[in-house]
Amino acid sequence: MANDVLKMGGFEIASRLIVGTGKYETFELMRDALAASGCEVVTVAVRRERMLDGDGRNILDFLDPDRYTLLPNTAGCFNAEDAVRTARLGRELLEGIGNKGAAWVKLEVLGDKKTLLPDPVGSLEALGTLKAEGFRVLCYTSDDPIMAVRLKEAGADSVMPAGAPIGSGQGILNPCNIRIILEQLKEGDPEYPVIVDAGVGTASDVTAAMELGADGVLLNTGIAGADNPVQMARAMQAAMEAGLLARRSGRIPRKLYATASSPIEGVIGVKE
Amino acid sequence: MRIVVNGKGREVADEITIAELIDDLSLQPLRVAVERNKQLVPRASHVRTTLFEDDQLEIVTLVGGG
Repeated sequence: MANDVLKMGGFEIASRLIVGTGKYETFELMRDALAASGCEVVTVAVRRERMLDGDGRNILDFLDPDRYTLLPNTAGCFNAEDAVRTARLGRELLEGIGNKGAAWVKLEVLGDKKTLLPDPVGSLEALGTLKAEGFRVLCYTSDDPIMAVRLKEAGADSVMPAGAPIGSGQGILNPCNIRIILEQLKEGDPEYPVIVDAGVGTASDVTAAMELGADGVLLNTGIAGADNPVQMARAMQAAMEAGLLARRSGRIPRKLYATASSPIEGVIGVKE
Repeated sequence: MRIVVNGKGREVADEITIAELIDDLSLQPLRVAVERNKQLVPRASHVRTTLFEDDQLEIVTLVGGG
């Protein structure tokens, strides 16, 4: 379809499913699940080299750098300074492997270890610094519409509201807020990308996000933590397609009362 | 001399460069990034960046994440 391509962060992306690379039991499983999902963009994290010798395997051996655009995140950062440092290191790493994702970053500045909710103040601060350094910034945030607007105003290339806490699998807890965010961020700017990121538990959550009007969905645990990640990845891809098709098909309205589907006339036993 | 790498103290040769350290640690230069005292040191500068006593290095790589 002509408008299938997602334009975000300077890229044109064919798959609106963005999948994380964390929490898989093995690198092989990760590789197969990503392939099954049909995704083009995958997130990665930046961490200290463990410096184990021998056959310490590297994730890069299982991520085809020509097939995937890597999106480094600043996960695990609880203040703006750490997030900015991590983003710079991520860019350096992607430049080292020649992946075209070197230009962008998924910004997460977390407020709290238990909830992993984003710190709005730290997020805005880091966003400002990173934009000034030439990054394209996709900003993880809560489902607070005010914060979403502030992030867009501050230059975020995409705002990514959470459906529910990271890894919680609860789906979209507040669809009304997501709808408000979509309306407000896309007013006069319908192409502005809004990605539901975090909390996806199963395929129907992806469909729900797309039916609400999201431009894409980012998920990790929903696939990696499933009993059968490869199959779940396929389900997520199908769910994405279902959501996109459904929203372009003009759904029926929700009504309080019934409207019969079968004709009312010609029912037997009625006295004419 | 003593430096700190990834939060741990380490004895290294005096006037070692970052490039030499990466080699000593058997790391792949294209797969790591290095910060020295909270400043990113670009890969191109590794060969000519000499380390000093008590330098705090972060040597990072890409890992799985969401």
